[in-house]
Formats: sequence, structure tokens, C-alpha cells
Amino acid sequence: MSRTTALSAALLVYRRDLLLAQRHWGQVAQPLVFFVMVATLFPLALSPELSELRLVSSGILWVAALLASLLGLELLFRSEHADGTLEQMLLAGQPLAILALAKGFAHWTACGLPLVLLSPFVATAIGVPFDALGTAMLSLALGTGILSALGAIGSALTLGLRRGSLLLGLLVLPLAMPTLIFGARAIDLSIHGDSARGPLLLLAAMLILAVTLAPPAIAAALRISAE
Amino acid sequence: MNWGWFHKLASPPHAYRIAGRLLPWFAWPAGILLVIGLYGGLVLAPADYLQGDAFRIVYVHAPGAWLSMSVYATMAAGAAIGLIWRIKLAHAVAAAAAPVGASFTVLALATGAIWGKPTWGTWWVWDARLTSELILLFLYAGVMALRASIDDRDRADRASAVLAIVGVVNLPIIHYSVYWWNTLHQPSTLTKVAKPSMAAEMLWPLLVMLLAFTLFFAAVLLARLRAEILLRERNASWLRTELAR
Amino acid sequence: MSEFLRMGGYAAYVWSCFGLAAGVLAWNVLSARRLHAIARESAIRRTAAGRGPP
Repeated sequence: MSRTTALSAALLVYRRDLLLAQRHWGQVAQPLVFFVMVATLFPLALSPELSELRLVSSGILWVAALLASLLGLELLFRSEHADGTLEQMLLAGQPLAILALAKGFAHWTACGLPLVLLSPFVATAIGVPFDALGTAMLSLALGTGILSALGAIGSALTLGLRRGSLLLGLLVLPLAMPTLIFGARAIDLSIHGDSARGPLLLLAAMLILAVTLAPPAIAAALRISAE
Repeated sequence: MNWGWFHKLASPPHAYRIAGRLLPWFAWPAGILLVIGLYGGLVLAPADYLQGDAFRIVYVHAPGAWLSMSVYATMAAGAAIGLIWRIKLAHAVAAAAAPVGASFTVLALATGAIWGKPTWGTWWVWDARLTSELILLFLYAGVMALRASIDDRDRADRASAVLAIVGVVNLPIIHYSVYWWNTLHQPSTLTKVAKPSMAAEMLWPLLVMLLAFTLFFAAVLLARLRAEILLRERNASWLRTELAR
Repeated sequence: MSEFLRMGGYAAYVWSCFGLAAGVLAWNVLSARRLHAIARESAIRRTAAGRGPP
């Protein structure tokens, strides 16, 4: 019997999670609906005038994406923790950080990526001009990646706790603030016709940092939570 | 190298007693320096050219801000030592430090905001330092909330340790991004008035207050650490002899 | 003395800040004492009954 390499184990985990997401697509759709709803709250609260919304549209888009991502984190480790799959992962003998990376990437594929694809429609609805949509999608793509990584740490730490979802928000939001600052700024620059290279590069750097440093932290948190 | 002294220090009964004996050596100097610093800052130091007597708020605001950050660092150091070397005492230090640090962050924020009214005209500005302090408060709140919501003490210690370390790694990023964000919208003409250039008579009471607050923190930390040791201790025999004193 | 208390017109700001500082210092002392008392109680109860912590 051949030994499973870490990479093939990671691919297995990735494909499994995507398959599960496909089967429970209703659950996956909820954060997306939440995204649209939160974005809708702002015109209702502020003004229906697109010209006015445009001034704050980068912020609206990003806050809505941030809150929707928080909601989406619910899907990350909870079911595995509940049905014992998590313990199997811990015992599997594969480097837990690699498996955590795979799960995080699967989570982004199922939750973050659809949000990015949905974003041009939401963005247009709140006044983002057509030329800025590409930057909007790119900043959200990088940003949701960072949020998946940070959120996975929070999710792993709060497994099985009562009102864990509430606590999760409290833990993740402060860590997400730099991402929010640069992400929204990128869209704002683009709306005004300027180059958004600076913030986008910073976001990319933060994503690389997150993808490198988060998996060991997630692994440590999973071990702590699973006993 | 003989690490015996280190292991002895990390043993709960030893640490408990040493902390108890060290406490007055921090508490009394803290009190004395506090009085000296207050006298120097409130009475001796001349009023600031621009801000008048309002600048005296620095004598409680700056120590608060300094402690808010150094206590977080202490907490993160304790968390790291506790996780890496599995020393329960280090986790106890982290647990003891958190509420103290949070209280000083609140002090820094409140005094910073009150100071803002005479200097900037509003009760709150999204100034880089205040915003950074606010986010630091959120980080403290997260660590304390996480610890409070886990019943098993060991799991609580280790989970909040991971979070504290994640927080301390993020702190420079948060700092930088908030400062950057702040410079975007402020014309360079108006910068922080909060830091008057200090004459010597204004500076020495500030240094005394910083030292006083730091010694105060050390004393409070030792006191809380003793309590945390008692809460964590499983070996009944040393407890009985200790508590019977 | 009244000049001192007036703080050049900034009395409300200055004294409220120093009051807050006093409050925070006092809270730290009192809450550390309280925590220690609670911890002592809990440790006494534990060791008196002859069992370890829950």
C-alpha cells in the first residue's frame, strides 16, 4: 500500500470540501445573500442617489464583504468538529498545517470566490463606475483570501464554544482592519481614476504573509480545541 | 549549564512566595514616584506655550499608552513561553496581565479623547494614535473574551495564548496601516498637537510618571499572578501549608 | 491654590483625566486584591476537601 504524501492528502481534503460545499450549496449561498443584503442596507440608510453612494461605495462594498466572510467562516471547521472528522485529521499523520491550508483554500473557493464574482453586480448597484470594477474584484479577491486565513485561526480557536460565532467576530474583526483599510482604498483610488497599485501590492503581500503564517497557527489552534 | 534555578522559579510554590516578597519592593517605590511625578507635573512644570495647562494631561495619558502596549508585549511573551516550553506559570502571567493592560488602554483612550477637546475642538478624532489604541483595546477584549468562554483552564490558557501571539504579530501591521490611512486625508498642515516639545522641567516628571506606572504594573502583576497560581494549582500539600500561614 | 485648581481654565479636562487615572489605579489594586481573596477561598475549599481542582 503506497504512502500518502502530504500533497495528495491536501488535494484529497480540498476536493472533499468542495464536494461537500456543492452538496450543501444552500449553506454556501447564505453568506452571498447576506453580502447583497448588507450592501442594500446602505442605500436605504443613506440615499438612493448613485452619485452620493459613489463617495462611500468602496467602504460599503468592503464592509459588506467583511461581514459576509465572517458569516461564511461558520462553515469552516464546525461540521468536522461535530462529527469527529477533525480528530481523524489530527490522527492522520499528515502535517496538520498543510491540511489546514487545503481546507482554507477550499473554503475560499466555495465562499470567497463566489463573492468576488458577485461583487461587480453589487458594486455597480452602489455607484462604482465600470472602470473600477476590475480593481474592486481584485482587491476583494486578495482580501477575502486574507480573511479566510485569519478567520480560519479564529474559527479553530472557537470550536465547540457556546456563542462561538459571536466570539469569532470579536476576534477576527480587529485583525481584519488593515485588510479593510487597503482594500477599500484600492477601490477608492480606482474610482477616482488613479492607480491602485500601491494598496493592491500591499494586499498581495499581506495575503502571502497570511498564507504562510496562518496554517501553523490554525494547526496549533485545532490541536488545542480538539482535546 | 545549570537550569536548576529556572525550574525552581517556575515552580508554583516558589513563584508564589517570591512574588509575595517582591511585591512591596515594587509597590512602595511606585507610590513614592507617583507622588513625586504628580507634584512635578501638576505644580512644578510650567504651562505649555500653546496648550496652557491642558498639556498636563500627558502625565497620565502617556503612561497609560506606554503601558497599554508594553503590557500587551508582556502578555504575548508569557503566552509564547507558555506554549513553547509548556510552563504553566507563563500562562498565569499572561492571564494576570490582560485585564491590567486593558484598563490602561481604556485610560489612554479616555484621556486621549478628553485631551482632544481643548486641542482639536472635538471629543473624538480618528487620529492615528487614538484609532490604534482603540484597535488594541479590541485585541485585549478578544483575548479576555476567549479565555473567559472556555471552561477548561488549560485549553483557555493555550487558546488565548495563540490569539495573543497572532495579535502581537498583527500589531505592527495594524499600526502601520492605521498611520498610513490617517495621512491620506489629513493635510500636512494640521498634525498632532498632542505632543508639545518638552522643556526639561516638563520632561522629568513625565519620565518619573512612566517609571511609576511601570513599577505599579509590576506590583499589580505580581499580586494577580499569585492569585492565578492559586487558581491553577493541583498539588494540595504546598497549598495547605501556604494557606495556613 | 485656586489658580492651581483652575488649571488655566482647563480644570474640567485636566482633573477629569487625573480622576480617571486615579480610578484606574484604584481599580487595579482593588480587583487584584479581590481576585486573590477569591483564589484563596477556592484553594482552601479544594484542599480542605482533600481533592484536586475540578
